[in-house]
Formats: sequence, C-alpha cells, structure tokens
Amino acid sequence: MAKVILPTALRAFVDGQKEVEVAGGTVGEVLESLASGYPDLKQHLYDGDGKLRAYVNVFIGEDNIRDFGGLAAPAKEDSVVTLVPAIAGGGGAV
Amino acid sequence: MGWRVLVPDAVVAAVKAEAEAAYPYECCGFLLGPDGGASPRAATEMIAVKNEREGDPARRRFAIGPADFLAAEREAEAQGLDVVGIYHSHPDHPAAPSGTDLEQAFPWYTYIIVAVDKGAAGEVTAWRLAGNRGAFEPEEIEVTP
Ligand SMILES: [Zn+2]
Repeated sequence: MAKVILPTALRAFVDGQKEVEVAGGTVGEVLESLASGYPDLKQHLYDGDGKLRAYVNVFIGEDNIRDFGGLAAPAKEDSVVTLVPAIAGGGGAV
Repeated sequence: MGWRVLVPDAVVAAVKAEAEAAYPYECCGFLLGPDGGASPRAATEMIAVKNEREGDPARRRFAIGPADFLAAEREAEAQGLDVVGIYHSHPDHPAAPSGTDLEQAFPWYTYIIVAVDKGAAGEVTAWRLAGNRGAFEPEEIEVTP
C-alpha cells in the first residue's frame, strides 16, 4: 500500500488523518482509490470532467510526478505520495 | 454557520505592509495558527512568500510554488501550528474574491484579501470556500490586541 500525505486543508475530508494508506499500481490509481474511499474529498481533487485539478501538485518521494510520467508514474508498496496545494488566485480579469 | 477568524493587530499590519510594498503587484503569503479546526479560528502568524508570477501578470495574479508551501507547513509544524490560510492583495481592485480565486480555492483555508488603492492598503476581508465549491462565504475578521 502506498502512503498518501495530505495537507491540513484536506484532512477534514479523510476523518482528520494526515496520512492514508491506499492501494494502486500507479499514482493515478492511488489517488482514485483514495477519492473513492473518501467521497467528500473527490470534488476537491477532481474537476467535473474527472481530471485532477490543476491546483493539486502530486509528489512521489521528493519528485513532482509532472517530471515522471504524471499520473502514470508507478507507485510501489512503500511509495510516499504527497499532495501539495498549488496556491494561486488574483484580482480582476487580466 | 458564520465563520469567524481572530487576527492579531500586528498580523493585520504586517499583511497590509506587505501589500503596500508589493504594489502595483500582488503580494501573497501564509497564515498560521493553533488548532486550525477550532471555531473561531485564530491566525496568529504570517509568512510572506514570493509571488511566482512576475511582471505584468503579477498585477492581477499570484501563485505560490510547492517548495514554499512545504516550507510553510514545516515551519508551522515546528511551531506547533497549522497553515490555516492564505493572504493576497488586490492592487486597485476591491477586497472581494475574483472568479480566479474561486476556481483555484482550496477548502478549509481562510483566504484573506487586502485591497490596495493607489499604493495604500485599504479594506481587509476574509473568506472560506463553501462546501459545494460554488462560492466563497464571508468570514468575519476580529482584530485582537
Ligand atoms: Zn484575489
């Protein structure tokens, strides 16, 4: 089981846990099983089209999965997957 | 239910000072506090971070990189606090969340927005994402000594 570490903002949706152990062969599968185990979390991880939201950075160990095949990056039994918010916003229209 | 956040006068002043120093660009940073789940919540510390947006886009947008986020969470943990929110400024724009703010918003955090009018910090407001992600709900700021 891979371990997923969540930022404080998302812990309320996984019964207050900081880490959750989830099965999956890829990072994408790990996150999908996490979301199906905790339905309240799902809308904050995925958009209406089922795509991972742009504001969720996913790290496996120290590496951003962007550079390692994205959601297809392999997850091992002892993988540590960290969800890191990409904080962004702004004022008026550009 | 009405959200409420307690913010020391010194933190409000520091956020306003950051907003004025960054003008005409947006400033951004984190708010830290004890027991983030408490009601009312307290935001007792602030950490200013670099706006990853640069040049003209930084007048209307801000972004915080993952390294800054992880550093803030580590700093919070070292102090026995949580990252409880994010602040940013709206140069020459009202202190109300924009559509962009809503799209990018995380649940749970307190979002503090400070309006900066021609270089002078003005209204400071706070917001939380509603449960269905459809809107921000206002959070009352109580300034404490
Ligand atoms: Zn904004």
